[in-house]
Amino acid sequence: MRRVLNATDTAIMREAGQAAACILKKIGRLIKPGVCTKDIERFFESELARFPGMSAAFKGFSGFPAALCVSINDEVIHGIPSPDRLIAEGDLVSVDLGIKFKDLFVDTARTYFAGRVATQAKKLAAVCLRALEIGIRAARIGNTTGDIGAAIQSYVQSQGFSVVRQFVGHGIGEALHLEPEVPNFGKAGEGQRFTEGMAIAIEPMIAAGGYEIEIAADGWTARTKDRRLAAHFEHTVMITRNGPYIITG
Amino acid sequence: MAKEDLIEAEGEIVEALPNAMFRVKLEGGHRVLAHVAGKMRMHFIRILPGDKVKIQLSPYDLTRGRITYRYK
Repeated sequence: MRRVLNATDTAIMREAGQAAACILKKIGRLIKPGVCTKDIERFFESELARFPGMSAAFKGFSGFPAALCVSINDEVIHGIPSPDRLIAEGDLVSVDLGIKFKDLFVDTARTYFAGRVATQAKKLAAVCLRALEIGIRAARIGNTTGDIGAAIQSYVQSQGFSVVRQFVGHGIGEALHLEPEVPNFGKAGEGQRFTEGMAIAIEPMIAAGGYEIEIAADGWTARTKDRRLAAHFEHTVMITRNGPYIITG
Repeated sequence: MAKEDLIEAEGEIVEALPNAMFRVKLEGGHRVLAHVAGKMRMHFIRILPGDKVKIQLSPYDLTRGRITYRYK
């Protein structure tokens, strides 16, 4: 039986969520052409060290080798930071990180622009962020995962983009990934119903072209099969009686 | 980090292809193209034709899979 998160748990997650948000904002200023993705990881680790008791949730999770994910252009998610991978002018860069604090987890992601990017890339990122907002709005007691998925899917498709199917959002709290799965597609009214004291990670992953994914030779990095651009935004959201409470914003 | 929506299946390695890719025959007879999970590459687990393996498939692309375990 999953743990119902109480006010103390919410406060703990909020503290970690604010740290995550603060660091993600700083990472935004770091992302420029010429920066190598390994430096982003190093920056995250050094910033995180300033918050006693907090650790990077991704390191070692299912064998993932890094503290965060940096995914560029056609890479959707799970890009592994590397000293050989440099950010170039015009790149669409998404960073996904998780923090563990007092045995609770938060998970958040943002997509950034490196230098001057194409209009289409800007639109993709803007639509993805808006899709996240729309999804969050549906995260209320009595609604279902299908309500979030349907809302995100219909908005994203109305803007001419596609919703990645293979990866989904998820419950979060005492573990990084919990039930229920929170897909970014679906039918209103279907899926798991939300109750008070649940926290979920809503993370629309959208693509400019088709939604099919292939996994790279490193066994982790997921990229679009047609090599078109992809964007990703994520927030950890607590379901409360007063509506959705954004933990990582 | 996003969770993956997937199906677990079992299969047998038919042939080894370049770039750590393998053709795997599933119990139902389907042949899929699979790569090795990052976790297994990290521990240098060798996979050879004839090995029985556990494989994860995405319901959105049933022709591709990820090998997550090799049975002894």
